[in-house]
Amino acid sequence: MSEAVREVPKKERPEFRNIHITDLTNYRLPPAGWVSILHRVSGAGMFLLLPFLLYLFELSLRSELSFAYFAGIASHPLVKLILLGLIWAYLQHFCAGVRHLFMDVHVAIEKDAARKTATSVLVVSLALTALAGLKLFGVF
Amino acid sequence: MAKNNVGPKRMVVGAHYGLKDWLAQRVTAIVMAVYTLILLFSFLTASNFSYEGWAGLFARPWFKLFSLVTFLGLYYHAWVGMRDIWMDYIKPVGLRLALQILTVLWLIVCAGWTVQILWSV
Repeated sequence: MSEAVREVPKKERPEFRNIHITDLTNYRLPPAGWVSILHRVSGAGMFLLLPFLLYLFELSLRSELSFAYFAGIASHPLVKLILLGLIWAYLQHFCAGVRHLFMDVHVAIEKDAARKTATSVLVVSLALTALAGLKLFGVF
Repeated sequence: MAKNNVGPKRMVVGAHYGLKDWLAQRVTAIVMAVYTLILLFSFLTASNFSYEGWAGLFARPWFKLFSLVTFLGLYYHAWVGMRDIWMDYIKPVGLRLALQILTVLWLIVCAGWTVQILWSV
């Protein structure tokens, strides 16, 4: 028995510890993992663009003149693209947040259910973003 | 003393801000979600997006106050989230503290700015 064990050469087994940033490209995340990291990314992104949003918010409310100026800025294609990115961030954060709240009260915390809700969050927020994008770029 | 520190008599240690912030993040999230739905509803039911309609909505006293509460909740929510991000990824204590201080200061500036915006209508 012991000889048999000795004969088998020791295989190099991969060791998974805290992953390094260079491992990110070959590390396949499950849907819940994507929802988790995107919650951070979308939250941080919205935090960083807060001044931009408050600036637009101020223009839209201060006066009729500034409102027209706001409409002018918001009609620029590049601004629309940034806004669409923010809309996606908001929707992703919103949907994932609702998922969090349900999990807090022990709804859908089993592995299969959690995987399903994670996929739904990704799909629903992307679909709603697409809808908002069509509206934003004046398709309907 | 040490022998009795088991079960329900366990000594709970820590800075005690974990539960409070966790709860605050949930409460503010619910407030923001409700606010979002109301804003979206009034935006979608309006016939066309004009200054009168938009500013008229924010001119209503109850909506002004609701907006203020929601925005302040948003900044608290953002603080908890950003603090978590700094704590997870920024290891040098000095740098982390500096970023946390900047975050707090910036969010206070945003809160003041929001008050100015809301009360300019």
